[in-house]
Amino acid sequence: MNPTEPTIQLPGGWSTLSPSVDWTYYFIYWMSVVLFVGIIGAALYFVWKYERSKHPKSEPTGHNLPLEVGWTVAPVIFLALIFHWGFEQYVSMTSPPADTLDIRVRGRKWSWDFEYPNGGHSPELHVPVGRAVRLLISSEDVLHAFFIPVFRVKRDAVPGMYGTLWFRATRTGRAPFYCAEYCGAAGNTPAQDGSYAGHFNMRGEITIQTMQEYLTFEESLLGPHPGESTADWGQRMYRENQCFTCHSTDGTRMAGPSWRGLFGRQERMSDGNGVTVEENYLRQSILDPSARVVEGFQPVMPTYRGTLNDRQIDAIIAYIRTLH
Amino acid sequence: MATDVAVTDQGHGHELDPNLNYLQAGRGVLSWLVTLDHKRIGVMYLISVLTAFFMGGVFALLVRLELLFQGRTIMGPETYNRAFTLHGAIMVFLFIIPSVPAALGNFVLPMMLGAKDVAFPRLNLLSFYIYVVGAIFALYSIISGGVDTGWTFYTPYSTGTNGSVVSMTLGVFILGFSSILTGLNFLVTMHKLRAPGLHWRRMPLFLWGMYATSIMQVLATPVLAITLLLLAVERTFGLGIFDPALGGDPVLFQHFFWFYSHPAVYIMIVPGMAIVSELFATFTRRAIFGYFAVAMSSLGLALLGFIVWGHHMFTSGQSEFATMAFSALTMLVAIPSGVKVFNWTATLYKGSIWLTTPMLYALAFLVQFTIGGLTGLFCGTLSVDIHLHDTYFIVAHFHYVMMGGTVFGFLGGLLYWWPKITGKLYDERLAKVSWFFVFVGFNATFLVQFIMGSQGMPRRYFDYLPEFGRYHAFSTVGSWILGLGFLIMAWVLVKSLRSGPPSPPNPWGSAGYEWQSASPPIVLNFPEVPTITRGPYDYHLATEEELFDGFPEDRAKK
Repeated sequence: MNPTEPTIQLPGGWSTLSPSVDWTYYFIYWMSVVLFVGIIGAALYFVWKYERSKHPKSEPTGHNLPLEVGWTVAPVIFLALIFHWGFEQYVSMTSPPADTLDIRVRGRKWSWDFEYPNGGHSPELHVPVGRAVRLLISSEDVLHAFFIPVFRVKRDAVPGMYGTLWFRATRTGRAPFYCAEYCGAAGNTPAQDGSYAGHFNMRGEITIQTMQEYLTFEESLLGPHPGESTADWGQRMYRENQCFTCHSTDGTRMAGPSWRGLFGRQERMSDGNGVTVEENYLRQSILDPSARVVEGFQPVMPTYRGTLNDRQIDAIIAYIRTLH
Repeated sequence: MATDVAVTDQGHGHELDPNLNYLQAGRGVLSWLVTLDHKRIGVMYLISVLTAFFMGGVFALLVRLELLFQGRTIMGPETYNRAFTLHGAIMVFLFIIPSVPAALGNFVLPMMLGAKDVAFPRLNLLSFYIYVVGAIFALYSIISGGVDTGWTFYTPYSTGTNGSVVSMTLGVFILGFSSILTGLNFLVTMHKLRAPGLHWRRMPLFLWGMYATSIMQVLATPVLAITLLLLAVERTFGLGIFDPALGGDPVLFQHFFWFYSHPAVYIMIVPGMAIVSELFATFTRRAIFGYFAVAMSSLGLALLGFIVWGHHMFTSGQSEFATMAFSALTMLVAIPSGVKVFNWTATLYKGSIWLTTPMLYALAFLVQFTIGGLTGLFCGTLSVDIHLHDTYFIVAHFHYVMMGGTVFGFLGGLLYWWPKITGKLYDERLAKVSWFFVFVGFNATFLVQFIMGSQGMPRRYFDYLPEFGRYHAFSTVGSWILGLGFLIMAWVLVKSLRSGPPSPPNPWGSAGYEWQSASPPIVLNFPEVPTITRGPYDYHLATEEELFDGFPEDRAKK
């Protein structure tokens, strides 16, 4: 199967399934064009021909049973055909081969987390070309949907339930993926960089690369980049896990406390107790965020247990320590 | 009210001269607020739904304006989410569902039957006040913080989000009862109050559409009521029904919701089709081709409406077998829809076509409903829908059906029956100008959204990738043309009310039964109970002049 070029109507088709889906799409499209031109053409011709100045007296035509039965029954043939193709392709879409590379996809307001077979996590989706990849999708809060237009696949992320989709990419490159099920927004106030968080920003780019490149990427997930200090790695975790959605680093108050000057500060908790912010409090706030919430903030943060490993949490704490 | 009132005058202000027209009989606000006259209740509904349409339209324009440029244009994402939610909820629950049945239907349905009123006039007034109470709840939820769930209220988002979800769902819950009562009233009226000689095969197609709609209203709306009640219980008392965190199932909500809301889609479109059938008959001066098939196709749609809800859930994780069955059943919807489109087109053949503004709306309906219907084939086909699901393609598809279909049908019907309702003519030339802007604006707004959607632009997005910029800008400019068209239309109606010339009883020369009354009609609709001796589309029985003056055989009876 060769990848297809984008057209006015459809983006490029980059999976083994996309050509057949596109064929069905265009079949329905051209069938619709023919029907539309036929029906509306006839209607406009009649309007022109039988306009009342030209045709002052109507002539009732009575019934025409063969015609009426004809246009009731004839569409059934086409309907059965497109149903059949659609269903056949749907069966292929929902029946992955046995030897898939499985990537775990978790949706949460408003980012995706991808967990690779080696246990590494990333907000980036990388997949090898030519290999059947299966995404095991779930949600940690509300409904989301994972949508990759170039592969023509989409599946809802439902809390408490796994959804799957699979594809085999036919070319390398980068293409957008989206959240397609409405899931809200983080309010009307933009983050430091002027961006907003919400359903519309729960998107990114899938990177399709050779198996060699993919394996290198997967390996890199488990530690800092070469030459990266622990605090820099922590800063990268801050960015990649989109902590900036709720925590500023310049003192701006957002949905969560700013990280500027946080380390070592005395904070009052919502239960009235005082806490000095140190390693154990930060670790608890990442793994069990609702346990001790700073007064004046809502317990809205999701847990990062299972998303961040111990070394990554250490790196984030190291980064927070640098923000005086 | 005294207990010795004669039964025939029941509910019509027996102290008044029944030969007065319904607008003059009884003065003052109170005479309207406690009226039992179906015509006055229809007018009150009409004012209400037009107000709702205006509000929903303002939200639509705001949503489109926000999308004019990438990034923030006029509002933040949270406000945007509230704007599109209110646009959808207001348009669906406060405008489209009651627009044709409760507003126009209330006015013309008894007149088409040759009846004095609906079967239960008090119930009719009650349904109006239930509508008002429901609307107040909906308005309260707008003022008290708004709702950002989308009109679909999907759980668990709707269980957890801030805002006035409970008051909005209670509003919709209450509105549902108004809809049920109207449906029930219409069913009984059509069964029991048909004039002598008006057997089922002589029923105007508008009434067949109302019949199908009423069945759906009565049978489907209770399911929505139960669903919303369960949602409110979950939000208020933390009882786990739909939220998995509480042990519930979010997909169950979707099943419940669409079990109502798919029939609701047909509650919206079938009345539009019903009006268009009347318009085609009147303005082609001939019987609708395949009358029986068109009548039965309304009932067919009502039936199919109950068994296709799962096609809203192809990506949700329902079983593959259910998905297959729903796709196959959905394909069947094309058959009654096709029957209607083919029969309307055939009705134009050898007609004598009068291109009035209502007829232009009917023709626009034909064009746009055909597009809306054909694009439904993409959505019903499983593999293709997986790609298109929850994109702008869906947004465009249902706007072509709901707005290009129902709203155009409603506007056509509004202008068509306007002289009957108000007793005044409107400026046809200006009305045609407004039709032109509405038609061009609508298609400019939504045609381009099909391309956006098939290219992969998801719906309910506050912001978008740069490649979608030109499509969004085009669509927004289209919405301004559309808005301009509606402004001119509003001016046409206001001008007609203020200074429109008085309308003759039958300005369109229609053979429809409702036109055989005075304009505006007298309190009891007809001076005496009419005996129906001909069909509603028997144009061949009269000359063009006779159509305007009254059918020969109708006059012979007087």
